[in-house]
Amino acid sequence: MADENKVPQGITKLETTIETVTKSNNSGKPKSKRKPILATSTMNEIMGDYFHELDDASNDPNSLVAWCTSVGPAELLLSFGFKVYYPENHGAMLGTKRVAMDLIPVANAIGYSPDICSYLTSDIGSFIKHDSPMLTAFNMKEFPKPDVLAYNTNQCRDVQEWFAYYSRKFKVPLIGINSPGKVDDLKDEHIKAAQGQFEALVEPLEKISGNRFDEQRFKESVKLSKECTILWRQVLETAANKPSPLTFFDSCIHMGPAVVLRGSQTAVNYYKLLLAELKDRIDKNIAAIDDEEFRLYWEGMPIWGKLRNLSELFMEHRTCMVASTYCNSWIFEGFEPERPFYGMAKAYTEIFINRSERIKEQYINEMVKRYNIDGIIFHDAKTCPSNSNARYGMPERLKDKGIPTLVLDGDLNDLRCYSEEQSKTKIEAFIEQLEEGK
Amino acid sequence: MTDYYMGIDIGAATSKAVLINDVDQILASSVIPSGVDFTSAAETVASNVLKDAKLIMEQIKYIVSTGYGRNNVIFAHENKTEISCHGRGVYHYFPESALIVDIGGQDNKVIKIDAAGKRLSFKMNRKCAAGTGTFLEEIANRLGVPRENMDEMARKSTKNITINSYCTVFASTEILARIREGETVENMVKGAFNSIVLRIIELGLSGAGDEKIVMTGGVVQYNPYLVELLKEKLKVDITVPPEPQLTGALGAALFAHEMDNKVNKQ
Repeated sequence: MADENKVPQGITKLETTIETVTKSNNSGKPKSKRKPILATSTMNEIMGDYFHELDDASNDPNSLVAWCTSVGPAELLLSFGFKVYYPENHGAMLGTKRVAMDLIPVANAIGYSPDICSYLTSDIGSFIKHDSPMLTAFNMKEFPKPDVLAYNTNQCRDVQEWFAYYSRKFKVPLIGINSPGKVDDLKDEHIKAAQGQFEALVEPLEKISGNRFDEQRFKESVKLSKECTILWRQVLETAANKPSPLTFFDSCIHMGPAVVLRGSQTAVNYYKLLLAELKDRIDKNIAAIDDEEFRLYWEGMPIWGKLRNLSELFMEHRTCMVASTYCNSWIFEGFEPERPFYGMAKAYTEIFINRSERIKEQYINEMVKRYNIDGIIFHDAKTCPSNSNARYGMPERLKDKGIPTLVLDGDLNDLRCYSEEQSKTKIEAFIEQLEEGK
Repeated sequence: MTDYYMGIDIGAATSKAVLINDVDQILASSVIPSGVDFTSAAETVASNVLKDAKLIMEQIKYIVSTGYGRNNVIFAHENKTEISCHGRGVYHYFPESALIVDIGGQDNKVIKIDAAGKRLSFKMNRKCAAGTGTFLEEIANRLGVPRENMDEMARKSTKNITINSYCTVFASTEILARIREGETVENMVKGAFNSIVLRIIELGLSGAGDEKIVMTGGVVQYNPYLVELLKEKLKVDITVPPEPQLTGALGAALFAHEMDNKVNKQ
């Protein structure tokens, strides 16, 4: 009987304890707060202007619009006077706004497989449904109407098929570069092979635009792209500072101008502003994550629909995702304003995504050293094999070298391929492992 | 006066609690289905162990929660992932370097710890639940076989059958089709066990290392034949700790003891 009397007491006490015990996760330290980057408002403004100008050009029969893949021949298009629209940027927008999940099935239904690029399927779904946050946010009635579509397969073959869809829809020419792929050591023959294809675009572009090729203008746009690229690299490299003034999640947002406005003075000015702010943060010892304990590297595509959740999860664990291959992908060291065709061919062929596993691994090892990385998270994106680098044993090989690695299964846009709870457990377990290893 | 510590493991399928004293002896444990309300499951398992040990909540110095529902244990002082807790629980019984294979309700894990108990790495199943406890549950449901009979049935099998499909739903369709073609239920249950074995091997368990291989989790507790099949396949020795279903909760209780030492005795 005495035993039975104790039972309810235990339960009652349990209830009171539930109310009184305070959880002491994160060693009782106050929660790190998100520190907004002040330049963001300027970025929003210039990105807004970019979309409005694009819309104006699309509605003006005398203006020219070209669609270009994100690492396509933008500088050449700009030199002919085209306003350049980047469907991948739109794809990322659909992912970030989490509308991709309604749009992907629309493209699946017309035969575009759920296993191919989910930027492609989201974007085509968005076009078919005439449903896009870009249209509503920038008050656009239609998607920008292209006069030409220009791709480069340096990133993947999907971009070619993606643009081929729009070439059929809009009945406009599809031109492009089929880059030498998966290059190991970059040789002059690779560059020359691409250079010839860049040069061969001049003739069709002269016809489509009605403008003669202007070498000076071309050199100017390459020069501006180079300036933009150098500044963007400097922005990213501020994260080598301990503590880092920015995170990968910030960079994913702030790379916008480097993608869509490269080749313009606007982008150059923007990155000067952002760089100054980040340098100021370093001078004042302002960290993106308070009491930064771990520094991680993100390998692979962002999971656009989960950027906020992931950013908060890492912040909660005082872990700064300092650098990434993804954001580094808009650093084009190879541009040479005085040899614009050669430089463009070099810059766009030598990009990480277009390299052999050996070169990629070498690059990641270098990044680990440069940014003082404690561990790497590989995002294995279901629909993006070209930019998922966990599939040929790299995480295991790096682990053997003493670099902790974790593989997260997910996707850039298709959240059907992502398990929130499992990913959270994996990430937390990984951070616990880093703590044990301290 | 003795100090007491509690570990609570809220898994996708079952919730477990383990209560230990200050010399890390297990005083009480409880296992219940997790259901949909994890907070209430946590309260129930906690009450159960308190009752069994004839203790009240005030006597518990530190509580650590773990498992899929670790954040729902609102009275826990701290939470840790089940990956850490399984490592800690196994190290308690076998203080040496080990490769731990945990088969849970919705996750499989392979966890590598060194001779000091420090975790070196871990791997989990991909986003699909193939080869987990839920897979076995689904197969049992489709076959109309009580889950507790599966181990016995698999042992009666006379053949080694491989199920081709990776997907749990297609695997059960495949099993039913094979039965309609004349295959015995026993052989197909063993086929499902073999499928789990393959999923575990895919996680990186080659049997080539020197470490001790230890299996934990509820699936192993109720289906020990799985351990035998894996042993056979890898041609290695495999160890199972006492009550492998409780390993995560025990690890959490041991962490509670360590954390209390760290937090309160500094």
